[in-house]
Amino acid sequence: MTDLLTIEGINKSFNGVKVLENVQFSLRQGEVHALMGENGAGKSTLMKILSGIYSKDTGSIQIQGTESVASSPKTAQSLGVAIIHQELNMIPDLSIQENMFLGREFEWGRTGFINRTRMRSEAKNYLQQLGMDLNPDSLVGELSVGQQQMVEIAKALSMNAKILVLDEPTAALTKREIEKLFQLIATLKTQGVGMIYISHRMEEIFQISDRITVLRDGHYIGTRDTNVTTMDELVQMMVGREIKERFPKVETEIGEERLRVEGLAQEGKLYDINFSVRAGEILGIAGLMGAGRSELAKALFGIGKYQGQIFVNGKPVAINSPANAIKAGMALITEDRKGEGLVPDLSVRENLALPNLRSLSHFGFVSHRLEQDFVDDSIKKLKVKVHHSGQLVSSLSGGNQQKVVIGKWLATQPKVLILDEPTRGVDIGAKREIYDLMNQLVQKGVAIVTISSELPEVLGMSDRVLVMHEGRITGEFSRENATQEKIMIAATGGKSHG
Amino acid sequence: MGKVRGKSGILQRMGPLVGLILIVFILSIINSDFLTVGNIFNVLRQVSINALIAFGMTFVILTAGIDLSVGSIMALSSAFAAGMMASGTNSWLAIGVGVLSGTLMGTVNGVVIARGKVAPFIATLATMTIFRGLTLVYTEGKPITGLPDAFGMIGRGYLLEIPMPVIWMLVAFGALYVILKFTSFGRHVFALGGNEEATRLSGINTSKVKILVYSISGLLASISGIILTSRLNSAQPTAGTSYELDAIAAVVLGGTSLSGGKGWIVGTLIGAMIIGILDNGLNLMNVSSFYQLVVKGGVILLAVLLDRSKGK
Repeated sequence: MTDLLTIEGINKSFNGVKVLENVQFSLRQGEVHALMGENGAGKSTLMKILSGIYSKDTGSIQIQGTESVASSPKTAQSLGVAIIHQELNMIPDLSIQENMFLGREFEWGRTGFINRTRMRSEAKNYLQQLGMDLNPDSLVGELSVGQQQMVEIAKALSMNAKILVLDEPTAALTKREIEKLFQLIATLKTQGVGMIYISHRMEEIFQISDRITVLRDGHYIGTRDTNVTTMDELVQMMVGREIKERFPKVETEIGEERLRVEGLAQEGKLYDINFSVRAGEILGIAGLMGAGRSELAKALFGIGKYQGQIFVNGKPVAINSPANAIKAGMALITEDRKGEGLVPDLSVRENLALPNLRSLSHFGFVSHRLEQDFVDDSIKKLKVKVHHSGQLVSSLSGGNQQKVVIGKWLATQPKVLILDEPTRGVDIGAKREIYDLMNQLVQKGVAIVTISSELPEVLGMSDRVLVMHEGRITGEFSRENATQEKIMIAATGGKSHG
Repeated sequence: MGKVRGKSGILQRMGPLVGLILIVFILSIINSDFLTVGNIFNVLRQVSINALIAFGMTFVILTAGIDLSVGSIMALSSAFAAGMMASGTNSWLAIGVGVLSGTLMGTVNGVVIARGKVAPFIATLATMTIFRGLTLVYTEGKPITGLPDAFGMIGRGYLLEIPMPVIWMLVAFGALYVILKFTSFGRHVFALGGNEEATRLSGINTSKVKILVYSISGLLASISGIILTSRLNSAQPTAGTSYELDAIAAVVLGGTSLSGGKGWIVGTLIGAMIIGILDNGLNLMNVSSFYQLVVKGGVILLAVLLDRSKGK
């Protein structure tokens, strides 16, 4: 069988820094080939070269045996390469058929007038091929994330895609949607479409892929047939060393109640939320995307109006702004590091100092000495890898950026620390350091509320787990009772208590 | 702000200064009258009006905002001051009221933008029209004259051979430089422009920062208006028309990003000087004022294009 895609000896540098070195990859017809690696391993750079967003320095890319250079996403399309991105690229206010044929609408001759009848029937046709019973005139914004993704796949097929790149396709899907997606992948395999599957979820990769290739630090490490390799082998390939303990949970003394929430509600987002956290305790909050977990974190931090009562250290507090929440002793590390956690154009030093300027200033003037001492101390304590503290924060890796976000909050000495997806986009080594930090904090008597979509992380680090579904708490489990299955049942709406 | 980030940062920042030196060099070769002490002070005096407005505009633009109402604030606040002086009020009191009124007009802008959540362009476009209208109402469309002689000192006087407007400009520059570089408020301005959401989540009252920034812009516009009124010895109802554009041009020429978060006030001073020197030099060369506009616009476009290509 000839290979659909053969990539060999790819090199790519940015500003003299090698990000890909002699990388190879191949894809057969009707195959699902998983691409794995830590963040920064070079997966997305390789995919961007394949899809014409970046150009390669040297190396060869052959599609169906002929050397092919995609110089732009447009030419990649004509070569039969399509990427389904993590963030979907659809226009919510347009209908399915309008999105599917955006930029290549069927017209009546060349009049510029759209031939709706033809577009509708073509769209319907592609949707049915994938076993989807959707009305082509529905607005994309009204579809679920899973449905939108399938429409995007249908769109790729309508462009004759032979090579489909699926980038973290299941991150936002419910269990049932994932099953549907996997059925669809099976259908596509029979049609001879080759798929490159990027995911961090080991279980899925073992379920869906035929082969697995691992990259590390821009190097090709190896390719394995899925049915002969093991998770341990893959982790070792990705990390380059054995990780002894993924979740170094320590036992702490659980003290007095730090935070209590009674009847918290937010119009259309949160309903009747009740819970409490104690000093030294890590409370995990699990749930699917859109379950209201981040909304809860934000409501606690004074963003948006809420009904109900919040108590910190047993005293009722009215929280109507982040400034207020900080004063009450709370800190929030948001899930959206780039959008909400950091100011990319400011230095590491300025970002670390931002919520602490009051204590670093005299009469409104920032004390350079106090600031520098504080920053040097934080960088050392958190092991942030920087050349110097004046470096732009946007030049750091994901893990180090996250440490800066955590560092800026630790200095406010919070009593309650809310972590929203603290290890998203962070590699395994930095993850371990963040877990260690959480341990140090609870040992000092901080109460931690941690939100995570990674179930193993929730189970591994929490003393207690709450599960949310559609803005409500649908389950509460002690550390001993919590299992992935019980959490998934509660997260998909089945009510259960452990 | 003089915050240097790496070597490329220094080079990038020196761009406007190199441009300024180049223009001075060329003009001094073409015209021997250009590089004389008398002419230099003359240029600086012309620059000062625009520079003062542009300093305030720098704060606004650093937060990713814009203030189109500065020209109208100049006119209305100085009309108030002139009106009071003309009817016999103490000059200092009148100036105080004028400057205070200009600051409050800026505060109105800030409140509409921060609390009303109106886009800065729209909000200040509206207040620009309102304040201009109020100026015409207040002055009945006529210049206010008969100002006390002592008031002329502010715009026409000298201190040790240096024209007073230049002194005011340098004092304001020094104060604003310190505020932007050394205070926590200054830091908040940069952070707000760089990422508003992250700044708010850091517990900073972003509404307050915005309101303050527009108030500063109003304050500087009214100071500039008082100096202009003193120089002209009258308050004109149409004073300051389209001055906002020269101010924005000075800020952008100085390397401050219109999308906020990046820039420095030193650059704005250089930008204002480039515009002033260009005007003066073209005058000395007897270039018609029609062509002057074309050249000025061309230089602005060229500078921004150069800056673009450097950033990539």
